[in-house]
Amino acid sequence: MPAQAKRPKPAKLGPQPANPAELIIDGTLASNEWRLLPQSDEETEITAASLAPGKVILPYGIWKALKSDLSSRKTEIGVWLDSDEGAELIGADAEALPLIAVHFPAFADGRGFTTGRQLRERYDYKGELRAVGAFMRDQLTYLSRCGFNAFAYEGEQSLLGLLASLNDFSDSYQAGVDQPLPLFRRRGLS
Amino acid sequence: MYRYDDRDRAIIGDRVAQFRGQTERYLSGELSEEQFLPLRLQNGLYIQRLAPMLRIAVPYGLLNSTQLRRLARISRDYDKGYAHFTTRQNLQFNWPQLEDIPDILAELSEVEMHAVQTSGNCIRNTTSDPYAGVARDEIVDPRPYCELIRQWSTFHPEFAFLPRKFKIAVSGSEQDRAAIRVHDIGVQIVKRGEEIGYQVLVGGGQGRTPVIAEQIRDFLPERDLLSYLEAIVRVYNQLGRRDNKYKARIKILVKAMGAEEFGRLVEKEWEQIRDGAEQLTPEALAWAKSFFADPDYRTFDGAASDAALQAQAEDDKAFSRWLERNSFPHRVPGYRAIKLSTKPTGVPPGDVTDRQLEAIAELADGFSFGEARVTHDQNVVLADVEQERLFELWQAARKHGFATPNIGTLTDMICCPGGDYCSLANAKSIPVAEAIQRRFDDLDYLYDLGDLNLNISGCMNACGHHHVGHIGVLGVDKKGEEFYQVQLGGSSSESASLAKVLGPSFSRAEMPDVIGKILDLYVEQRQPEEPFIDTYNRIGLQPFKERVYARAS
Ligand code: HEM
Ligand code: SF4
Repeated sequence: MPAQAKRPKPAKLGPQPANPAELIIDGTLASNEWRLLPQSDEETEITAASLAPGKVILPYGIWKALKSDLSSRKTEIGVWLDSDEGAELIGADAEALPLIAVHFPAFADGRGFTTGRQLRERYDYKGELRAVGAFMRDQLTYLSRCGFNAFAYEGEQSLLGLLASLNDFSDSYQAGVDQPLPLFRRRGLS
Repeated sequence: MYRYDDRDRAIIGDRVAQFRGQTERYLSGELSEEQFLPLRLQNGLYIQRLAPMLRIAVPYGLLNSTQLRRLARISRDYDKGYAHFTTRQNLQFNWPQLEDIPDILAELSEVEMHAVQTSGNCIRNTTSDPYAGVARDEIVDPRPYCELIRQWSTFHPEFAFLPRKFKIAVSGSEQDRAAIRVHDIGVQIVKRGEEIGYQVLVGGGQGRTPVIAEQIRDFLPERDLLSYLEAIVRVYNQLGRRDNKYKARIKILVKAMGAEEFGRLVEKEWEQIRDGAEQLTPEALAWAKSFFADPDYRTFDGAASDAALQAQAEDDKAFSRWLERNSFPHRVPGYRAIKLSTKPTGVPPGDVTDRQLEAIAELADGFSFGEARVTHDQNVVLADVEQERLFELWQAARKHGFATPNIGTLTDMICCPGGDYCSLANAKSIPVAEAIQRRFDDLDYLYDLGDLNLNISGCMNACGHHHVGHIGVLGVDKKGEEFYQVQLGGSSSESASLAKVLGPSFSRAEMPDVIGKILDLYVEQRQPEEPFIDTYNRIGLQPFKERVYARAS
């Protein structure tokens, strides 16, 4: 029997990430090659077999239920974590994933910053780490310092403006994914 | 004092440019009100009842004379010629124009200052003991650790969007003069033998749900400060409530899961990062400490110096009063620390004019190695004054209105801006402070009452620290009218306690009489030399209640 992902009905579904056609990856504009499956509160049944071919980012719940059945499609199955789903849920599986997206349901919800950092630093995740949802242009430096290298921006500002914001700061005090040494280890103290 | 190098300058300069761009985008309509809000807050900019309000960070309260002069100039050029010292050792401008803020930040950056993270849901300015480095009961000077925390927390990429604001206080002495038990994290520096370490407390706070912090670690090695703080804030960032801003502070999380469980989660997180790059190296510690080395103290015969001062005091009652209330013992013989009072009757506590800021700079240059410290009771400390020059300093301070000899007494109140300036207020607070100051202006009476903290807030947000006042006054709204609730028995010291409500609230006109009755009862009931708070702790709330609410017969 293949596993079936019958989503437990959430009391109320929060905002879902959009999946814009264009995004920023590694500091340049790129077109989006991935579909993104939103969470759903309908009693839909998804199985590995019913999942259309091609690159798709699954909500964590579905990915978890189907991951063993999808092992043959490793390079085209990604996961997205909602803001209340921490990096430890993926844990050691991160290493083999091509893409993990972290959802920011509101720009003020900063849980995803921790999730990003932990995926990179604790679980040694090397693939694409994509911010999705309602984050803002002015969060891009923070996001990239937390390990995000892809930004599927939903807002109204131009992606070129976003690119500029990536370089708002030329240096930083504390350790981050981009600069693993805090400034006090780089000041040339002896 | 910490001095920027090129890297610090670059980072702060980047921030000024970034905020200039953000302000332009807001003014041109590209950024909505809602999007601009967190950006301006993280730069200390509130929009208040009457005008924007800009809160400048004064790291752990330390200012040099160049900075003071620049603050004076900014208050003159961009504001109405005055500024306000806050209870978190910062400084606020109440009337700047939004369009000018980027220029103000640029001016500040020239003197190594900024407004970074002075509001918003991020790690705020770290506060500490205003007598750091000079107090006789000091175990370890807290300032180097405060600076390391400042750097670690500045633009921390992971913690700029926490569930709620986050405040850290550090104490390095036996007496707690930094109120660490009412902070999100309180760090008490301790020594075990020769080894330096920290006791770590979490979950304290004021606001509408006041809580005394609980200890989660009894000895953290010196090198592990930053990784441990990172573990605490990380657990909070993931688990703190985000559905209700009144339940979003770490104190609610710690209460909900219990300090023990919270501590366990922190330790578990910390185990994974403790050996990481944030571990402080001996070089980093030595470097941080090098900025706070002793100034060039002169050598005095302590006994002779004390005797000479004593003789001077005997000759002049006014000087002796000032000495008694406004000076603080120094660990170096022949020196004292001095508190300049910003609280003469009739001036909102903490308010200073541009000229006064310049006067503080002048006094700092003339008497205290060019440095001054903002205190959490909204006064200013000159930490290193030669005893033989105290008389001269006193006269100069008098000339500028700083020598009101009321430090630590009833009229040295902490008071929030209240209904005169703040849109959240239930009631005005400054006029209550002033009415009380006017009623109790007899110095002999004030001295007889001794140490007494009276704290006033205009609403339950508790900016005026009413929960930890020996006497706390809280503005409440009763059917659209301003009333005041009185609380007794609070303290923010090492034996921290929260004040208890006395009973039904009073009109503003009644307040001086109510305070009078409380003081009368204290004077009747006290034992020799017993301060108010000890009498209260001995006899309890009930006798005060009976006195204040007794029917006139
Ligand atoms: C003028 C307008 C002001 C507004 C609108 C304002 C707003 C607030 C609010 C909403 C809180 C509660 C936050 C919470 O519970 O999480 C608060 C707390 C506080 N504010 Fe203010 N404030 C103002 C001015 C000030 C000033 C001038 C000071 C310092 C003199 C100050 C110091 C504090 C402190 C110490 C707290 C308590 C922090 C804690 O909960 O531990 N505030 N303020
Ligand atoms: S206590 Fe209330 S009235 Fe006073 S400043 Fe804070 S928010 Fe305003």
